[in-house]
Amino acid sequence: MFGTNPAGRPNDPPGATTAGRSEPSEQSRTRQSPGLEQFFVALRDTIGLSILDFAGASQANIGFITSLGHRIYSEDFLRTLELSFGGEGDFYENQADQERIDSFFQQTLTFPDGHFDGALIWDCLQYMNPVLLQQTLEQLRRILRPNAYLLAFFHADEKVTNVPLYSYRIVDQKTLLLCQRGTREPAQFFNNRALERVFSDFQSIKFFLTRDHLREVIVKR
Amino acid sequence: MWNRKKDDDYSPKLATAPPAPANVTREGNLMSTIPARSGADTETPRNHAVIGKSVAIKGQITSREDLYIDGHVEGAIEMPESRLTVGPNGKVEAGVKAREIVILGTVHGNVEAGDKIDIRKDAKLIGDLKTARIVIEDGAYFKGSIDIARPEAKASPRPAPSLQPATSAAPVPAGAPDAK
Repeated sequence: MFGTNPAGRPNDPPGATTAGRSEPSEQSRTRQSPGLEQFFVALRDTIGLSILDFAGASQANIGFITSLGHRIYSEDFLRTLELSFGGEGDFYENQADQERIDSFFQQTLTFPDGHFDGALIWDCLQYMNPVLLQQTLEQLRRILRPNAYLLAFFHADEKVTNVPLYSYRIVDQKTLLLCQRGTREPAQFFNNRALERVFSDFQSIKFFLTRDHLREVIVKR
Repeated sequence: MWNRKKDDDYSPKLATAPPAPANVTREGNLMSTIPARSGADTETPRNHAVIGKSVAIKGQITSREDLYIDGHVEGAIEMPESRLTVGPNGKVEAGVKAREIVILGTVHGNVEAGDKIDIRKDAKLIGDLKTARIVIEDGAYFKGSIDIARPEAKASPRPAPSLQPATSAAPVPAGAPDAK
């Protein structure tokens, strides 16, 4: 999705090349995800919930979540992010422009308060500078109902400047298929303490650090 | 024995990846606007009503036969017993209700299909979907909610299943993750 296709195609955002990006690779692999498992445990014994998925529409995620009897709302969040803040100028510096931020929030997260029972944010939050991140979390908190869960991933290896950019596909309740589609420099790295500060307005936070340097976080609204 | 026309009106349906249509006002050539696709899907608009690429309609459309839209429709489309195909050049800004819906072009609006919604690779769909089945190809752009209406399911709560016959979810204290 963050390839170098011409602008205007619906699923190929313009200005996709950013500093530090390399050629996208077709590597994909499965991984066990304790965070994902925890997320679905929290949803068990209920049907008809509304789940927000930031990964964009995929047969896998749609099929899995609807098979549980829930409604899924798909949004290609990273694409919207790229369209709003990519192009001219630095991607992360553009995220401090309040006019662009306002325009961004007219395109995404425009839901009623308390609309969602869960949100799969994947690794989107690490591609936001602090200004945008704070406002995004405010919106997420607004659209999640109380006690809803949010699953987010953060790359945990501070030595790496460019991290793999994945699309996340749900295989089953605790397994993900990660399809790498390039690399990208995250806005910042988060350790546990930093994440606690980031989610300080939420009820609780639980961490899972995995062997592949992906920190999984379950946050309760 | 028979004259073979140079402009080759007799291109076999679904033969290969089609070139841009030479003359879309003629029903035979409409086949060439449809990407080649293997399988039994009958996308060839032989028995369809057709809204061609240069046609724009504003208003309400109802139909009891299958409909192929490759033009621009704004309003509402209601055809609960039939199949709607939005061709690659089609742009629909309308609420849609049909038995089956295949999208190769662009749709802005809520979509309801009694049977199935099929969103192809280069399609763009913005709106809420309600259907019994959905197929979405990689590369399709979709933004909205999806509600699967299964006539038998509903009503009874059930545990979150795994697609593999593995263990049920690990026991977690009620109220689940806690503590910073």
